[in-house]
Amino acid sequence: MTLISALIVLGVLALIFGSILGYAAIKYKVDADPLVDQIDEILPQTQCGQCGYPGCKPYAQAIADGDDINKCPPGGDNTIHKIADLTGREYTPLAGTESDDVAEEVKKVAYIREDECIGCTKCIQACPVDAIVGASKAMHTVITDECTGCDLCVDPCPVDCIDMLPLAQTTQSWKWQLDAIPVKQVH
Amino acid sequence: MAHSLLEKIKSGVLWDFPGGVHPPERKSMSITDSVDTLPLTDYYYVPLKQHIGVYSELRVKVGDKVKKGQALTFSNHNMAVPVHAPTSGEIIEIGEHVSSHASGIPEKTVTIKSDGLDESIELQPQSHFHTQSKESIIKALQEAGITGLGGAGFPTHVKQQAQDIEYLLINGVECEPYITADDMLMRNYADEIVHGIEVLAHLLEPKLVVIAIEDNKPEAIAALDEACKDKQQFIVRKIPTKYPAGGEKQLIQVLTGKQVPKGSPPAALGIVSQNVGTCYAIYKAIYTGEPLIERIVTITGENLDKPQNVWARIGTPVEHLLNTAGYHPEDINAQKLVMGGPMMGFNLHSAQVPVTKSTNCIIAPTQQELPPAPPEKACIRCSDCADACPASLLPQQLYWHSSAKEYDKAQDLNLFDCIECGACAFVCPSDIPLVQYYRQAKAEIRQAEVEQEKAEQAKKRFEARAERLEKEKEARLAKHKKAAENRKKAMQSDPSAQDKVAAALARVQAKKAEQTENNTDSAQSTVKSKAEQAIELAKAKRLAKQGETKTSEEFSNTNDNENASDNKSKAQAAIERAKAKRLAKQAAQAQAENTEADANITGAQNTTDAQSDTKADTKSVAKAAIERAKAKRLAKQAAQTQAENTEADANTTGAQNTTDAQPDTKSVAQAAIERAKAKRLAKQNAQAQAENTEADANTTGAQNTTDAQSDTKADTKSVAKAAIERAKAKPLAKEAQQIQTEHDEANASEPKLEENNDKSLQAASSASDTKAKAQAAIAKAKARRQQSDDNAEMNNATQATHEHVDISSDNKAKARAAIERAKARRQQAEQQTNEAASVEENDHDSEQKVRIKAAIAKAKAKREQGQ
Repeated sequence: MTLISALIVLGVLALIFGSILGYAAIKYKVDADPLVDQIDEILPQTQCGQCGYPGCKPYAQAIADGDDINKCPPGGDNTIHKIADLTGREYTPLAGTESDDVAEEVKKVAYIREDECIGCTKCIQACPVDAIVGASKAMHTVITDECTGCDLCVDPCPVDCIDMLPLAQTTQSWKWQLDAIPVKQVH
Repeated sequence: MAHSLLEKIKSGVLWDFPGGVHPPERKSMSITDSVDTLPLTDYYYVPLKQHIGVYSELRVKVGDKVKKGQALTFSNHNMAVPVHAPTSGEIIEIGEHVSSHASGIPEKTVTIKSDGLDESIELQPQSHFHTQSKESIIKALQEAGITGLGGAGFPTHVKQQAQDIEYLLINGVECEPYITADDMLMRNYADEIVHGIEVLAHLLEPKLVVIAIEDNKPEAIAALDEACKDKQQFIVRKIPTKYPAGGEKQLIQVLTGKQVPKGSPPAALGIVSQNVGTCYAIYKAIYTGEPLIERIVTITGENLDKPQNVWARIGTPVEHLLNTAGYHPEDINAQKLVMGGPMMGFNLHSAQVPVTKSTNCIIAPTQQELPPAPPEKACIRCSDCADACPASLLPQQLYWHSSAKEYDKAQDLNLFDCIECGACAFVCPSDIPLVQYYRQAKAEIRQAEVEQEKAEQAKKRFEARAERLEKEKEARLAKHKKAAENRKKAMQSDPSAQDKVAAALARVQAKKAEQTENNTDSAQSTVKSKAEQAIELAKAKRLAKQGETKTSEEFSNTNDNENASDNKSKAQAAIERAKAKRLAKQAAQAQAENTEADANITGAQNTTDAQSDTKADTKSVAKAAIERAKAKRLAKQAAQTQAENTEADANTTGAQNTTDAQPDTKSVAQAAIERAKAKRLAKQNAQAQAENTEADANTTGAQNTTDAQSDTKADTKSVAKAAIERAKAKPLAKEAQQIQTEHDEANASEPKLEENNDKSLQAASSASDTKAKAQAAIAKAKARRQQSDDNAEMNNATQATHEHVDISSDNKAKARAAIERAKARRQQAEQQTNEAASVEENDHDSEQKVRIKAAIAKAKAKREQGQ
């Protein structure tokens, strides 16, 4: 009798817990790989395609699927370190460079020499973040704040009127260079 | 609790903040009896943004005459305040000027040339502010451009919008060494300050107003005590001297014992603090209507004869202040100038830096007075910095993490609670510029945050764009589908059309049956034959156009030309017709380059309609159309002698387009390129002679050929082969005639090429042997290609052919040969221009040939002229 009641009790308990677990499995199902989103957040979102993928998200997916973590030149060393930390993989220097002390590249943005622009809209089609405004046969211009500096608009331009110019430093973006406080002439 | 706190504050209880230092004060040297007004100078530099917040927009332009107090900018944003003209004069420049910032990075600045009149705008005082709404007073404060004059430059009116304020703290502490601006203000303008405070008290309705002054300023305390003696609500509180008691958070802690929570403003505690200088500016703005255009600035340091405080207009260059105070630098090139105090100030890059709303002190020290920082030594972990820190941070740890660029760890240690007071660096026995490290780390973190934000934005925009493109694509597909349905419907509703389709189907089937019988004797793949047929079509067309009747009986590739699928040939016939028609049109118009592609597509669509039952064919036809469009573009560019790259591109694209199609499609595509090239040649002939009728004849010829082909195969084949032979022979013949004139080129080229040229020369001499000629032509074309270093096309062709493995090697070779012939022709055309005359003289073989060559030469010459 004791044996039977024990079996019944345990069986009922097993049923209850089983159903709870089963419900939880359906209710809290993880649809997408959360790692992809996490990697995507680390990537600089320039959408430049220099990694060989058509955007940052596809590269994040590729990393999650096992691709190298060192293919993002705009992100640089910092990004590689972060991804290495996140994925628990070995840090490797940026593809195409040898050591890990890669010189930090100056951030650049596209600039259209407006009197040379013929209004072909080719750069507008190339821009991955819609940062170029203009219409057919009308002058185009770059929204500097939205430009990610991906270079993708430079090649399609048939008249080569797009320059990549380094972003000017402002008092807001100045970084208190320790060694570079110059002794200046007063007069 | 609050009640007891109020009682405590009223009864004079003071609290203390942790840490703090006692640097030498050196204030006495700039204390004088009164504050003089600085005489006017010639130029004023007014930076457009002198506060924390957002930029305002300009409302003046270069050349405008402005009066003193006139607003130069405007903004509807709450966090923006305008700047005003400090004196009357003319705006001579709006541009970059060295900023009063540690970096000295130029900022947008309005330069005003003073006219010396100092003519003011009409002022509108609001001295009866008690009767006015709070909103209008706050608005008046904003329009007067009042910001915190203590140093940070926070817009004052924003603070006054706070609700439920218990304590209004007036900051007259001025804890930093050297600076006496607030001290002098309180001594001389105590009544005005109290009036300003009354305005604030009216706006905020606090329970208590506490005016805090360090105990090292007894005169100021006495003056304010005197001014406040009738005010029950106002308390003047003497606080112990300790740096940095003047910091907002530290002052709140000293006076109320409360700590301002991280990330929230003091208003969250029911506390608002204002600098005494700000109170004076408020008094000016409300009682006299004058906006913030001048402030007291301490000019001090041992390199000055008369250290003093002056009323300086905003925008006055520092140089003018120094000259007024009797500036005599020891070494003009190495003179250090400090803006702000020695603890938190920064070195100026230029004496042209203007005074701004937050400039309270200019120090011109001697070398002994403020010596340059000694070299940094290693941290000895003495923890003096931690003892001195007024924010109870761990400066040592922050230093490690900041210098190691471990910014996340520095942030975990509350780096952003650092007020950059410099107490830690002041006490450091190793002379480590700790604050510089923190500032750098903060800047890096802020930058990273900005970039993160931008990345987010870029991501959103990228996704939005992807979505939009997807939608556009769907809309396009839906449109096409609808158009196709409409077409189908129209066909169904029209019985005659249906009949036609049925008849066409029947014909097709009959031909198919006929063909299958013929096909049995040949085991060649349809792939090959299709490619060949396409080439033949092109040749046949050219032939028809040229009107040549010369035939040849020798064929090297008779067997290859067996059997073609009937559908294919029909499709191609349709294309040919469409093309011929288009050609005729072009010959007449000679300009309609843009519509060509359209015409092509229409042709392809027509074909599609006619043969809607054979799907695969439709596909290949469509692709052929794309090919033609590409080839045409290519041809056009080639004519302009620049387009080597584009050509390669066109080929690549072509190859890509055909990759997913069946192998036969590929060969068709290549054939299409051939046709397009041949057509270009033909077109040029036609245009040169303006023989529109010839083009018409050509159309008919092409149609005839294709018709004949579908009906009587054997005949067509022989005709086509003859056409190939002629096509081969012709360039060769031309070549032979040109060889004399091409000596220069031949000499310049490689030995191999010369050899080939010789070969072709010999071949040319035996004019009867067409086969040999053809081979020579191919060889020559190859040599040419080698010479011209244009491998891209070849590579592409090879790639394309590699992709369909079932194609036999001779097919590949043929495709290659076809491409080469086209190239050779093009090159030849380019070279021919100069040699046209000799060609005419030398060619006696056939009259027609002469005519055609002359036409080509003329066309080239014309085109070259056009270029």
